Amino acid sequence: MSQAAIAERGYGPLDRVSDIFFVRPKLLTLVLLLPPLLWIGIVYVGSLFALLLQSFYSLDDYSGLVVHEFTLSTYAQLLEEANLQIIVRTVTMSALVTIGCVIIAFPIAYYAARYARGWTKAFFYLAVMMPLWSSYLVKVYAWKLILAKEGILTWLAKNLHLSWLLDGIMALPVIGGPSLSFSYIGTFLVFVYIWIPYMILPIQAALERVPSNYIEASADLGAEPRQTFWTVIFPLALPGIIAGSIFTFSLTLGDYIVPTIVGNSRLMIGQAVYTLQGTAGNIPLAAAFTVVPMAIMGVYLWIAKRMGAFDVL
Amino acid sequence: MSPAVRFVNVSRRFGSVRAVDGVTLDITEGEFFAMLGPSGSGKTTCLRLIAGFEQPDDGHIEIFGETADGVPPYKRNVNTVFQDYALFPHMTVGENVAYGLRIKGQARAKRAAKARDALSMVKLAGFEGRRPAQLSGGQRQRVALARALVNGPKVLLLDEPLGALDLKLREQMQEELKALQKDLGITFVFVTHDQGEALSMADRVAVFNEGRIVQVGAPSSVYERPESRFVADFVGSSNVLPPAFASGHGGVSKWTSLRPEKIAVHPAGTAVPEKHAATEGEIKMVSYQGAVTRFNVEAEKMRINAEVPAGDTRFKPGDSVRLIWPKSAMVTMEEGA
Amino acid sequence: MSSSPNRATPLGLRISAIAGLLFLHLPLALIFLYAFTTEERSFQFPPPGYTTKWFGVAWSERPDIWPPLYLSLKVAAIATALALIFGTLAAAALSRARFFGRETISLLFILPIALPGIITGISLRSAFDIMGLDFSIWTIVLGHATFCIVVVYNNAIARFRRLSGSLIEASMDLGANSFQTFWYVILPQIGTALLAGGMLAFALSFDEVIVTTFTAGQQSTLPIWMLSELIRPRQRPVTNVVAVFVVVVTLLPILAAYYLTREGEHTGGSSK
Repeated sequence: MSQAAIAERGYGPLDRVSDIFFVRPKLLTLVLLLPPLLWIGIVYVGSLFALLLQSFYSLDDYSGLVVHEFTLSTYAQLLEEANLQIIVRTVTMSALVTIGCVIIAFPIAYYAARYARGWTKAFFYLAVMMPLWSSYLVKVYAWKLILAKEGILTWLAKNLHLSWLLDGIMALPVIGGPSLSFSYIGTFLVFVYIWIPYMILPIQAALERVPSNYIEASADLGAEPRQTFWTVIFPLALPGIIAGSIFTFSLTLGDYIVPTIVGNSRLMIGQAVYTLQGTAGNIPLAAAFTVVPMAIMGVYLWIAKRMGAFDVL
Repeated sequence: MSPAVRFVNVSRRFGSVRAVDGVTLDITEGEFFAMLGPSGSGKTTCLRLIAGFEQPDDGHIEIFGETADGVPPYKRNVNTVFQDYALFPHMTVGENVAYGLRIKGQARAKRAAKARDALSMVKLAGFEGRRPAQLSGGQRQRVALARALVNGPKVLLLDEPLGALDLKLREQMQEELKALQKDLGITFVFVTHDQGEALSMADRVAVFNEGRIVQVGAPSSVYERPESRFVADFVGSSNVLPPAFASGHGGVSKWTSLRPEKIAVHPAGTAVPEKHAATEGEIKMVSYQGAVTRFNVEAEKMRINAEVPAGDTRFKPGDSVRLIWPKSAMVTMEEGA
Repeated sequence: MSSSPNRATPLGLRISAIAGLLFLHLPLALIFLYAFTTEERSFQFPPPGYTTKWFGVAWSERPDIWPPLYLSLKVAAIATALALIFGTLAAAALSRARFFGRETISLLFILPIALPGIITGISLRSAFDIMGLDFSIWTIVLGHATFCIVVVYNNAIARFRRLSGSLIEASMDLGANSFQTFWYVILPQIGTALLAGGMLAFALSFDEVIVTTFTAGQQSTLPIWMLSELIRPRQRPVTNVVAVFVVVVTLLPILAAYYLTREGEHTGGSSK
């Protein structure tokens, strides 16, 4: 064994680079991080700032041109009755959709995390993943089919002799409408359907982390299953629910396609932004409108981070 | 001749924690050297400093007289057996063992032959085609050993390699490692928190506490002559006697260590032989520990432990006894508290 | 949750879980049914009759389908390639190093999917306006790659975190420099996760419509084509046929991605 203690190798260029990185690990991190950071920083954050900048401009009412002068008047416009209603309507819808998603998602997530084994586990996972990743537009389209006046729901109601119930619901003020596909109920259903996988997966991830001996310990200490659920399982699943709600809330806030295809003529934030920047050419007001979901999500993310929701993302 | 590994006043900090704090140490070529200490005492960091995964903040390290400062792990002819074995899961056992040779650019046939030899050396001949996931813990450990040794390292580092094995297997591996080291004549540096393992395997032991080496020496001298209360307590167990007690029983007026197995338990009033010291007390607790029985005795307002070979059923809690020990068993320590 | 296998499932839970899954899947099944309807003008249920002629019509009589399809495939391929590079780099950097601002940066990398797509869309649009960029395939790619990076990043960082640090140290200990270690040890370990992330990114890009409406200008990707068919239907069953095609094209990579990450599960860690 006549080798030197310090090996005589490493004269290739890659070895030299490797040596530099070894002495300066921070440099390696920087070299790795810089390209993606520049991309996100310039393309994404840069654009966000461009948008933000636009929101401080205003639209000249007579010429219809954007005035490139700093003003808060566009934000003041947000507080006008009609615009405020759009915001309140959208936030209410987002909140309701989130709650709806939690209610439907929890049993699925709970079953998948706690009872599904082997092939059922894989089945549940795929059963959630496939709708999550299948085409957004196709999913919206499917509901257009379901909710159409001549569609399957009306047919079902007729055959179950429940047409009176459907008609009664559609006659309700605010949430009703000429048909399901032109009502808030329809919009709500489609949103819940489309975002539900985003709620199931984080809840399941959070529940998977609850060791089963916590539940046994709780039972051992005399808790009824119901008490165990509310005192042990639910608090531990909460970060998952919050993580899921980031998606359901945020996605609903900004969506304009679902309410355009299934919904009544009253606008949501996304539709307002789309029409303002498109046909109306009022980029400043459109920009100011997008600041609303950004601000809401900023606060939301901050709270979520404090509650540990990012660990289950 | 320069030592295999030399630490000169080496320190390594993590944030505000001094993981290694001014360690100076020579490890002689061909010896089986153990680094012993509780977790967080800096022993593993010292091993990682030799391997090159860490670099010292202060001081410097030499390997066979060559400076290791700033030398990355892949340029050191030092190999490591990791605590979790770190076998590459996507490679077969054979590919794992041949990995170092493949990196060095050796031909496929040559490295396969060497890997085969290395595997048969650790008694795993014929396992080349298996995946690490198909092996037992003990087998993985042997593969990790073969993978390191096949490169012909100047120093082999072992990071708690037996920690994950059960008792029986651990004892067997201790013997095998010891025999292997004698055969190969390579310097082994072995990190462990198990004092029995360190004492039974090593030629020399360094005891670590809070980032420093508190004592270095042959196992017998570390055990028989602890220089500090920490060593007395950590290496085996010990009765630490205050200066006043020691001087009153034929010792020096300093903190003194007295091993429980040096103390004999007799009925009260038994005569004390020459060159022996004694005290009287009451048995508070008797614990049966397999090979020995331990008596916890209250004497002179202190609790003293005495261990006698199992089978002595003469005494029970509440009995008055006389504890007798040779004066030579009392070891004066430099540092008390 | 690993636990005793023979525990009875509460009936209520079982029913609500199955009902939930049916809710998730029946609407998609309906799309398939409607692709065979003979009714052209409405969404009548049950369909008055069944035919396979719409597949032929979509194939040969509707040349307006093909250019959007090619554009979508091209955009998805480029965006995925970019995302694979940038997402992997970001995950590699953020999974190991500890440095000031790391948390903020990792938050930055999930922002494009945490904020509504419309914000990404209109932001990019105003940036293009300011910089005077004309709409092209590259303006679409710019938007798609941004959120595809996130998908790859998420997949890769999960695998990087599972990758035991001692494997990398073992490789360097055995004489491999950083590049050799990356090639022989890290890449085989994260490969399937990258492939899975890439497939998901592809599916996401192929299907994206919200951001695209802002960055495409007059160009038409397949989802934009579908959107216009939804708003102004011409031959409804043809749209159904395309929808079925889109479902199949996106589902195949997803199934493959699932298979790959599952395989990764038992090769990823050395011990369980």
